[in-house]
Amino acid sequence: MNISQAVQSLFLKEFFQAVGLSMRYFFKPKTTINYPFEKGPISPRFRGEHALRRYPNGQERCIACKLCEAICPAQAITIEAGPRRNDGTRRTVRYDIDMVKCIYCGFCQEACPVDAIVEGPNFEFSTETREELYYDKEKLLANGDRWEREIATNIALDAPYR
Amino acid sequence: MTDFFWTYLWPAIIILAESLLFLVVLMILIAYILLADRKIWAAVQIRRGPNVVGPFGLFQSFADLLKFVFKEPVIPASSDKVIFLLAPLLGVTLALSTFAVIPVAAGWVVADINVGILYIFAISSLEVYGVLMGGWASNSKYAFLGSLRSAAQMVSYEVSIGLVIVTVLLCVGSLNLTDIVIAQTTGLGTMLGLPNTFLDWHWLPLFPMFIVFFISSLAETNRPPFDLPEAESELVAGYMVEYGSTPYMMFMLGEYAAISLMCSLMTILFLGGWLPPFGFAPFTWVPGIIWFVLKALLVFFMFALVKAFVPRYRYDQLMRLGWKVFLPLSLAMVVIVAFVLQLTGWSDML
Repeated sequence: MNISQAVQSLFLKEFFQAVGLSMRYFFKPKTTINYPFEKGPISPRFRGEHALRRYPNGQERCIACKLCEAICPAQAITIEAGPRRNDGTRRTVRYDIDMVKCIYCGFCQEACPVDAIVEGPNFEFSTETREELYYDKEKLLANGDRWEREIATNIALDAPYR
Repeated sequence: MTDFFWTYLWPAIIILAESLLFLVVLMILIAYILLADRKIWAAVQIRRGPNVVGPFGLFQSFADLLKFVFKEPVIPASSDKVIFLLAPLLGVTLALSTFAVIPVAAGWVVADINVGILYIFAISSLEVYGVLMGGWASNSKYAFLGSLRSAAQMVSYEVSIGLVIVTVLLCVGSLNLTDIVIAQTTGLGTMLGLPNTFLDWHWLPLFPMFIVFFISSLAETNRPPFDLPEAESELVAGYMVEYGSTPYMMFMLGEYAAISLMCSLMTILFLGGWLPPFGFAPFTWVPGIIWFVLKALLVFFMFALVKAFVPRYRYDQLMRLGWKVFLPLSLAMVVIVAFVLQLTGWSDML
């Protein structure tokens, strides 16, 4: 240990430098946000809670093609198609997503040819029981009705890049 | 009979009332010190810290208290149940009982005994038993390793703390804490012909000892960067790993009581206790207790800052610092201070 080092450690040079540094950080604006009261920005591509959308006339978009069920890597989606109707189209009779299995990869919305199943901007859907996270068609359609404006905006914003 | 009452019972009642008042105030202060610790740590890391319970999170500690009290205490099946529950009780009782001799202002002390500093040293050395008993009674590897580390650490640093206290006592010539504070009304500043200022306090002439005491008290209270006993990365939580609910809370309370004790002790030994920083007009109007609390809080602020900016020591570094740096340094200082006092005759002046 040479003399300058000894003098520096005697006068606690590094300690005071560290105090100065931490005091500078002490008064900096905080990087964390006051979460439940203020929320961070979310990308239009954010993959949150699922929703089944409808056309503006109220008709379900989903045509029971089962592409989402096929591509789902976690096998979280279960679909049962109903019989072909008079106009030649099909609709689901059962559309379940096990939100516990879901890994939020977004493949289902990529696979969907009619933009029926989408992952909306909502990420605050925790529940107190596991059963509440087994979403059925009714719940997904309700989500779609609830989040339609945000979802439509996000799809429009993202459209140029697709 | 009335004689018996006035000579024995009445003083006992007075002491009991004083202790209760002191304890209540101390508990509230400890609750806020705990919150301040978390807030300061958060602020240095540019976080917000607890801010939900009450305005600015001011009631966070009380919410935590309620949470701990209402939780179910889980006692491990293979543990020694009596010692397991006795350990936190011992820790918290010892940590709080040391405050009996702390003078917070002129004459404001529950027990003004003339070996006050010895009493504090003895009781705070016993605190290691709480940790050891907790670790041993848990009957778990992590808890046991944590308590062993803690015991070795606390014993090592007590040696240098003891020698630091000896240097202060050499300058003062009394073991009474009130006398130690009063001795600091005159000092280096008054020798140079200045009025009574903060330059008279012991921190300036005994500066290396001040630093050694600060670092040793960090180690003694298991604070970061010496929090090896509860190193969360290896030992999960050290000796507290099997504890939950109220016993855990009592360990925490004991720990923070020990921290506030060390802050008060530093204030008394080196920062002039309740003396105002300048011995003239506007400063002398402020009551002594406020100066005492302010100084203790300043020391605590440094404790909290150190927690935020110093990385944790390795175990061998900790032992090297304790035995190979602090012990020789403080031993040398005892000799030097004794020599200087004897040769210059300052011991009569101080």
